[in-house]
Amino acid sequence: MDDMHKIVLDYVIEEYLEDEDEEITVDTPLISGGIVDSFSMVSLKRFLEKKYDLSIPDEDATPEAFDTVNSICNLVNEFIEKKKGK
Amino acid sequence: MAYSNKIREIYEKEIQEIKDAGTFKEERFIHAPQDADIEVEYPEGSSLKKVINMCSNNYLGLSSHPEVLKAAHEGLDERGYGMSSVRFICGTQDIHHELEQKMTEFLGTEDTILFPSCMDANAGVFEAILTSEDIMISDRLVHASIVDGMRLCDAEHDTFKHSNMKHLEKKLQLHEDKRIKLIITDGVFSMDGDTAKLDEMVELSEKYDALVFVDDSHATGFIGKKGRGTHEKYGQIGKIDIITTTFGKALGGASGGCVSGRKEIVEMCRQRARPYLFSNTIAPVIISGALKVLEILTKTTERRDKLEENTNYWRKGLEDAGFILKEGDTPIVPIMLFNAKLSQDISNDLYKEGIYAIGFFFPVVAKGQARIRTQISAAHEKEHLDKALEAFTKIGKKYDILNKSKQEIIDKYGL
Repeated sequence: MDDMHKIVLDYVIEEYLEDEDEEITVDTPLISGGIVDSFSMVSLKRFLEKKYDLSIPDEDATPEAFDTVNSICNLVNEFIEKKKGK
Repeated sequence: MAYSNKIREIYEKEIQEIKDAGTFKEERFIHAPQDADIEVEYPEGSSLKKVINMCSNNYLGLSSHPEVLKAAHEGLDERGYGMSSVRFICGTQDIHHELEQKMTEFLGTEDTILFPSCMDANAGVFEAILTSEDIMISDRLVHASIVDGMRLCDAEHDTFKHSNMKHLEKKLQLHEDKRIKLIITDGVFSMDGDTAKLDEMVELSEKYDALVFVDDSHATGFIGKKGRGTHEKYGQIGKIDIITTTFGKALGGASGGCVSGRKEIVEMCRQRARPYLFSNTIAPVIISGALKVLEILTKTTERRDKLEENTNYWRKGLEDAGFILKEGDTPIVPIMLFNAKLSQDISNDLYKEGIYAIGFFFPVVAKGQARIRTQISAAHEKEHLDKALEAFTKIGKKYDILNKSKQEIIDKYGL
């Protein structure tokens, strides 16, 4: 697991999981799996934007894009690349 | 006609998906006033069945109380059927003002403004008082109407783990730079029946210069020794900045809601809240009924005392029978079943036994947390509760879920 996947996974566990919840992986469906509700996604978006110095438009911060740690990292990398390309 | 077959098919497909997912809701037609005993037509066209209602918000049994009905009739005769106006144009009668004053006294706040419903109060209040410089920090289990109201507001938002004060404190620290920080919670959480730790929240609000908002819809009238609400229970009367609540549950069950709290915040709602400005005023008949309810509740605590007694009896009965309950001491008593289909099957079987209680499952509650949510009323007599306990026990034995652990039930029925 690379640094970003670990950072995001650790944040999701700290921010959203309770002690009695089952362990999650980078492929665990977070929103469609009912672990994170889409309204609470905002804190994850805020964390990613601050951590990686990005601005993710609301239309890209969809429940699908935020459904797994993998998909979240894909989205973040996409925006990092876009920023480099500018 | 623009409603083509193509469009019709789009919706038919979506409705079928709801049915296939097992989350399609059907109404049951009640041929009686709301009470502990009701007669129900279900399915449509079938003969009426007498059942015990274990799922209404009629916590104090006032929804069909003769004194409330009499007061409502008098209100109709003296003040008419409808006002045909929003409040600020020509929709405010003296009795609207009187009810606002009486609620202010009842809740121990500075001022109150009525809304057509608490849903409307929650929809309107945040947008009326907050800007993009501010932050709303809500418990993750707040009512859907609060989420909707927050979505309508330009202020930023964040959430904290349910009832987790350490997590709330982290969020207050994270957002320290905001102009106004508003902590948002239900007083009694409608799905779990637990209460917000308002004493700890107020302490944090004072430490971090934040405001506190509480939706006390499932508390006003019966939580606290005098039934003033969750803030009374936690010794915080006068310390909650904004309370929203409803007249559509314990306080008569008709309709109407309000925002009650700091004088200036209430005035901002009067000037800016869209549901207040653009929706019809509450009908005089409902105001008259609500005034009588407050009079009854201010005079005596016997109804909330009986409700407390009934609640303790019900909880003990279910625990002795071997059901898994959510911890709490409110009249909302969820019986945990974890599996959605199991909750629906048990609800259907209970109905055959003459007990009306509904299964709740995703997305109303989290996946794997399906339950039957029972709600106790002061209208319940011991005979109602005994009959319901008998039926629950019989059905519990049928499905072999009594005296089983959560894992054992999940192993048997899945999540």
